[in-house]
Amino acid sequence: MTELTRLTIAEAREKLRGKEITASELTEAYVSAIEQANPTFNAYVATTPEKARDMAKASDAKLAKGEGGALEGIPLGIKDLFATEGVHTQACSHVLDGFKPRYESTVTANLWTDGAVMLGKLNMDEFAMGSSNETSHYGAVINPWRASGSNKQLVPGGSSGGSAAAVSAFLCAGATATDTGGSIRQPAAFTGTVGIKPTYGRVSRWGTVAFASSLDQAGPIARDVRDAAILLKSMASVDAKDTTSVDQPVPDYEAAIGKSVKGMKIGIPREYRVDGMPEDIEKLWQQGIAWLKDAGAEIVDISLPHTKYALPAYYIVAPAEASSNLARYDGVRYGLRVPGKDIIEMYENTRAAGFGREVKRRIMIGTYVLSAGYYDAYYLQAQKVRTLIKRDFELAFAAGVDVILTPATPSAAFGVADEDMAADPVKMYLNDIFTVTVNMAGLPGIAVPAGLDGNGLPLGLQLIGRPFDEETLFQTAHVIEQTAGRFQPEKWW
Amino acid sequence: MTLIDTRTPDAKRLIPGATGDWEVIIGLEVHAQVTSEAKLFSGASTAFGAEPNANVSLVDAAMPGMLPVINEECVKQAIRTGLGLKAQINHKSVFDRKNYFYPDLPQGYQISQFKQPIVGEGKITISVGPDRKGEFEDIEVGIERLHLEQDAGKSIHDQHPTMSYVDLNRSGVALMEIVSKPDMRSADEAKAYVTKLRTIVRYLGTCDGNMDEGSMRADVNVSVRRPGGEFGTRCEIKNVNSIRFVGQAIEYEARRQIAIIEDGGTIDQETRLFDPNKGETRAMRSKEEAHDYRYFPDPDLLPLEFDQAYVDELAKYLPELPDDKKARLVNSLGLSVYDASILVSEKAVADYFEKVAAGRDGKLAANWVINDLLGALNKAGKDIENAPVTPDQLGAVIDLIKEGTISGKIAKDLFEIVWNEGGNPRELVESRGMKQVTDTGAIEKAVDDVIAANPDKAEQARAKPTMAGWFVGQVMKTTGGKANPQAVNDLVKAKLGIEE
Repeated sequence: MTELTRLTIAEAREKLRGKEITASELTEAYVSAIEQANPTFNAYVATTPEKARDMAKASDAKLAKGEGGALEGIPLGIKDLFATEGVHTQACSHVLDGFKPRYESTVTANLWTDGAVMLGKLNMDEFAMGSSNETSHYGAVINPWRASGSNKQLVPGGSSGGSAAAVSAFLCAGATATDTGGSIRQPAAFTGTVGIKPTYGRVSRWGTVAFASSLDQAGPIARDVRDAAILLKSMASVDAKDTTSVDQPVPDYEAAIGKSVKGMKIGIPREYRVDGMPEDIEKLWQQGIAWLKDAGAEIVDISLPHTKYALPAYYIVAPAEASSNLARYDGVRYGLRVPGKDIIEMYENTRAAGFGREVKRRIMIGTYVLSAGYYDAYYLQAQKVRTLIKRDFELAFAAGVDVILTPATPSAAFGVADEDMAADPVKMYLNDIFTVTVNMAGLPGIAVPAGLDGNGLPLGLQLIGRPFDEETLFQTAHVIEQTAGRFQPEKWW
Repeated sequence: MTLIDTRTPDAKRLIPGATGDWEVIIGLEVHAQVTSEAKLFSGASTAFGAEPNANVSLVDAAMPGMLPVINEECVKQAIRTGLGLKAQINHKSVFDRKNYFYPDLPQGYQISQFKQPIVGEGKITISVGPDRKGEFEDIEVGIERLHLEQDAGKSIHDQHPTMSYVDLNRSGVALMEIVSKPDMRSADEAKAYVTKLRTIVRYLGTCDGNMDEGSMRADVNVSVRRPGGEFGTRCEIKNVNSIRFVGQAIEYEARRQIAIIEDGGTIDQETRLFDPNKGETRAMRSKEEAHDYRYFPDPDLLPLEFDQAYVDELAKYLPELPDDKKARLVNSLGLSVYDASILVSEKAVADYFEKVAAGRDGKLAANWVINDLLGALNKAGKDIENAPVTPDQLGAVIDLIKEGTISGKIAKDLFEIVWNEGGNPRELVESRGMKQVTDTGAIEKAVDDVIAANPDKAEQARAKPTMAGWFVGQVMKTTGGKANPQAVNDLVKAKLGIEE
C-alpha cells in the first residue's frame, strides 16, 4: 500500500488510465495512511473517507469506460479555507465552529469536475494568518522533516502547513493551498515540496474564506513541478462570481515542462541579499544561479529598489483588509455565538472567544491603520509603496528579464513553539520577507526545493514571473528540479 | 465639501425670532431605491412585501467566501438618474467599504461610494408656490453628488420578549444616495425639492419613489444663521419618510435651534430623529459618538469604468423629463405655465393627460384633466392610477363636446355618470337621450315661448342687449340643457332684433 501513496500524480494518472491500479485502491491507501499517521502530524482537521470512497468508485466507473477528467481518481487534501459542501469549513478558527457550507468553492468544484477525490480538510493557521501553522484552533502541524540526528519537532511553515505536511508525508497526492504573503511557498520550501502562487486573478476566490482580498490567491502544493502544473491547470478558471478573476485561457502548463531555459534571462535582485541571511541560504542561491547558467540561461543582476518596504507595507494592507473581511464573524448568523447581555456584549464575547491571538492582533492593526487620522499615513502610504513595488518588477521585465530567482525563505524550518518567534511577532513576520513582494505585485511565484541545509533540512528557491506567465515558472523550476533532485523525508513515523 | 452660498437672503423666507430674523439653511441626502429586478451585488430579488428572509442570497447573508458582483442594470439606472439631474457622469468610480457592526448588516460593512462617486455635480429646478397671486417661483438647487450603495436589512424588535429578529430581504438592495448642496432656505423649498426629485426619478423609471414603502427617504440637514451670515452648526435628521414630515421636521428643528441660540446657547452637531407622532426631533447621537467608518476601497470590486459611448447610448433612450415636457405643453399646446406645471408634476398625471390630449384640443383636454378629473380624484381621495374614468373615456367625452353632440354642461353630467357607473360615453349619450338638440325648429319654438311669456323682459332686452343672456338661460332650462347653446343664442338675438 505504501507504494501507492508514493506515486506522483502523473505516475498515478498513467497507472489509473492503464488500469494497473484502481482509484479505489489508491484512495484506500491514502485513507489508511491518514488513519495511521495523522495523529502524528495533525495535518487533517477533518477526514472524509466515505466521501472519498464514493468519489473513487465513481472515478473507477469512468476509468473503466476509458473516460474521466484530468485528475480522475487522484486523492487530494483540501485546505480548510475552501468551502466544501456539507463538510467542515472553518478556516481552522473557533469562530466558525460547526460551519458546514451549502456551497462548494469554485476551486474545489473545478477539481471534482476533473475527477479528483477528496480525502479531507487540511490544517492551517487560523484564517491563513501565520507562518508556522501554530495559530490553528486545531493545534500545530508537525513537519515530516527532522534535523539529522534530532527528534525535535519542527513546524511545516504556514499558513498552508497542513497542505505541505500532508503532501510531504504522503497523506495525499497533492493539496490545495492559498497564499496571501507566502503561505504556499514558505511551507513548500520547509517541507521539500513544490508550491506555486499563481498570478492574482488566475484562480477564482469564490468560496474561499477571505483573509486579504487583494492579495489572496489559491494554488497547489505538490510532490514535484509536473504535479503542480497538473493541479494548477485544473484549479484555474475565470469565474463570473469573482470579478477580480481574469478572462485568459488556461494554458496546458504541463507542456512547458522539459523545455530548455537556453537563452532565457534570469534576473538576480540584489536587494534580496538581506543582513543576517544564513550562509546556507546564500549558498543555495548561488547554486541555483550556477545550475541555470549551466543550462544555458543568461544571468543578469537587477535592482528592485523598493523591496525593503514590502514587508511593512504588506503588514498594513493585509491586516486592513482582514479587519473588514472578518467583521462578518459576529455570532449573528453562523458559527460560534457566546451570549451577552446585549448585542454589543454578544459581539465582544463571541469575537473574544472565537478568534485566536494572532487574528486579534491583525484585526487590531488593520482597524488602527484604517482609522480616521491614520488612514493617509498608513493605508494610503502602503498602497503607494505597493504601486512602486509593482513598478520595480515591471521595469525589470520590460528590460528583458524572463524570470527572477531568489531564495524562498530566510531559513529552514524552525522548531515548534519557538520562543524567539513567540516573544516577537515581527520575527515570525520576517519569514515572508522574500515572498510578500510577489503578492503585493500580483505576480506568479513558485517555490521549488533545491537542496538541504547543514542539518539536513530542505531549502527552496523561488522563481518570480511575468503576470500570467506561469508556464515559464514551471519550465524553469523543472530545470532546477532536474538538477537538484527530489527531496523526501526519511520515514520515521 | 466646501459650502458655497448660492442664495441671496429673501425677507419672505426669514423666520422672525425674539432677537431678529433668522435664515434656515437646508441640505438633503435622499436615499432612493433603484428600480431593478436584482440587488446591487447579488442575484436575489428586490420585490417588496416578500416573506422575511425570502429574498436572501449567500452574498446578502455574508456567508464565508462570498463575493459581490456588480449588477449592471443598477449602474445604468444611476447613470440615467445622473443624466436626469443634468449632472456630471464619472467614467470611473470606486466602491468603498463603510465598516460598522450591526445585526442587520451581515458583512460588517456597507459597500458604498465614498471618494469617487458615479455621479458628480448637477442641478434641479424646483417650483415653489403658488403664492397668493397664483405665481410660482423657480429656484435652482445644486446636486453635490449621487452614489450607489447597498441597503441594510431590517431589525425587528417587537416579536420576542428578549430577542430581536433580522429580515435580510432589503440587505444588498441598491440605493442611490442623492446629496443636494445646502441651497434650500425654507421647509417649502425642501418639500418642493423632494417632490421634484421624486417626479424626476419616476419619469426616468429609476426609482418608484414610494416613500411609504421605504423606497425613498431623506436625511435632512438643518442649520440657522442671521440672514446672509456665516453658516451655523448643522443637525442631521435621519430617515424622514414622507414629504410632509420633511416639512414638519425642518419647521420644528429650525425653531428649536433658534430658541437655543436666542437663549445664549450653542448648537451641538448631532444626529437626530423625527418623531411624527409628537411632531418633534430628538437627539440620536452626538458628533463624539459618531462611528469611525474606516472607509477604504473594496478589494473585492474593481473600479467601475465605462466610456462616453456607454453614457450616450443611455442618454439616447432617456424619456422626456418634467421640465422639458412642461416647456412643450406651453409652447406647442398653448397651455398656461400654471396648467402645464400641474400636469407635469406627477408622471402618472402627465401620462394621463397626454393620452387624453392626443389628437384633441390640448387646452380643452387640460381643463378637463385639471378641473374635472383631478378635482374629482381629490374629492374622492383617489390616485390617478385608480381613476374610475379612463383617458379614453374622458377623450370620448371631449370628442362629443367638440362634435356638438353634447353641450359642455351635459358633458359634466356625462362625466359623472361615467365616473360612477362606467361605460362608453358615446353609447351613454345615445341610450340616455343626452344628445344636444340642434333641430332649429324645436329651439325656435322654445325661444318663441319664452319671449311670449315674458314681454316686459323682452322689452328691456331690446334696450339693453346683455339681457339676452337671461333668455338663453331660460331656453336652456326648458330644453333640459340639451339645446345647442350657440343656436339658442343666435335665435334669441334674432327674435329680439338685437344687432350683433
